[in-house]
Amino acid sequence: MRMFRTWKRTGAAIAGLGLVLSLAACGDAGDDTGAVDVEAEEVEEDKFEAGTAMAELAEAGEITVGVKYDQPGLGFKDASSDIPTGFDVEIAKLLVADLGIEPESDSVTWEETISDNREPYLEEGRVDLVLASYSITDERRQIVGQTGPYFLTGQQLLVAADSDIASIEDMKGEEVCSATGSTSLENVEAAGAVGAPADTYSQCAEDVLNGSVDAMSTDGSILLGLAAQNEGELKVVGEEFSEERIGVGYSLETPEMCEWINGVLTEAYDSGAWAEAFEATLGPAGAETPEPPALDECPA
Amino acid sequence: MNAVLDNLDLVVRAFSYTVLLFLIAGVLSLVFGTLLAAFRVGPVAVLSRATAVYVTTIRNTPLIIILIFFRIAGPKIGISFNFVDIQVGEIRLNNLFAACVIGLSVYTSTFVCEAIRSGVNAVPLGQAEAARAIGLPFAGVMTEVVLPQAFRATVPPLASVQIALLKNTTVAGALGVFEAFARMKSLTNDNATQRIGIFLTFAVIFVVLVELVSFAANRIERRWRIAR
Repeated sequence: MRMFRTWKRTGAAIAGLGLVLSLAACGDAGDDTGAVDVEAEEVEEDKFEAGTAMAELAEAGEITVGVKYDQPGLGFKDASSDIPTGFDVEIAKLLVADLGIEPESDSVTWEETISDNREPYLEEGRVDLVLASYSITDERRQIVGQTGPYFLTGQQLLVAADSDIASIEDMKGEEVCSATGSTSLENVEAAGAVGAPADTYSQCAEDVLNGSVDAMSTDGSILLGLAAQNEGELKVVGEEFSEERIGVGYSLETPEMCEWINGVLTEAYDSGAWAEAFEATLGPAGAETPEPPALDECPA
Repeated sequence: MNAVLDNLDLVVRAFSYTVLLFLIAGVLSLVFGTLLAAFRVGPVAVLSRATAVYVTTIRNTPLIIILIFFRIAGPKIGISFNFVDIQVGEIRLNNLFAACVIGLSVYTSTFVCEAIRSGVNAVPLGQAEAARAIGLPFAGVMTEVVLPQAFRATVPPLASVQIALLKNTTVAGALGVFEAFARMKSLTNDNATQRIGIFLTFAVIFVVLVELVSFAANRIERRWRIAR
């Protein structure tokens, strides 16, 4: 009986030790590569006009940003990290820091917005900003605000490393995998291929790896990330056959945000913070840092 | 509404996939489920126990896991359906479609098995005893006496199982088949302003399809009804 009790205590001690060690491991996560340290800026008394959404957010010191969790290089969160990583997230950090909120603190909620949720979440006010590989379209601009683009991208193909497929032309009448309900899937169909919907892009990559489909397609930057995850087994091929203009989404109830977002983006273009964010997130996968895209005018 | 009408051909194709998934998996699950039920109530103890374990395992596993097994894990261990490649007009039945059909059939057949077993249990024991007394072998007892009566008692629960199957086909939309659910997601992504209309249209079509299945089940139930 006594021995049993001793064992129990030892077990508890070991469990406690394990917990301490795992906490220590969590503390290190912030130093990982793929993220730029962005410090909150000092917000002066009258930086934002009283009554604007920015002033309210800066005052509250809290913000909710909608990002993707499943797109390596743009917005990606694995089970062990608290903050997602990727280019979208880095741009979001710049915006958050401009409001005087510490980007890597609990004051920022990184809400996952899957493609279907982006407009409803903005309309309901559940998120303040959306940076979730959010293509700017006229249709979307009728119900939410979109500005930017802060990134231009186009669709390419990801195929097995030993495949002969060279471009989307080779895939006419053949299955090409992409995410259910995504614009990429429609572009695939428009190009004459047969769309094979999947839940996530990583599932598509899995299908290409095991030979269930011959190719998958979405934005080149995401494909580069997936190819980097499966080096030597997958490769990115073909010219870009679509153009996506990735922008920032905000609610139409707060139109004043547009000028502010464009201001922060322009500043990031000029200071090199934009290029730095690009190199830290999409650079390692082999993408060259392009010229920053020209921003759209804000609606008057 | 316009988004649906403008893409009517795509919507029709999507629902064709839904209906095909339902019909093929429905027939396969009925056949396979009946076989399972025969094993389950049969006189061979080993077969009966093994089937019980199998049915319990599959029935308690979420559908998505079974589908992912056939779609993702299967090809890794050499189970693939690459030989399936049938093109009928715009409809294309490929390896992904086949894997989803098999997954849906495997899952649904366990429910069919249990529904039929409940029907078998509803047949008075005296019926089977009488059949055995006149010298019928087990197969004869089942096919001539027990199953015909059991199927009658089974029509309502079987209809429920098949309706569930019809709705379960939407899971295939996330696993490579461009059926109604996947098409709906495409349309709502493309036409953000018409979201509610698109959703309601697809929901109404599903209700109609389910009603058709219920109607057919009702007719069969009425036709097979016997005075007891």
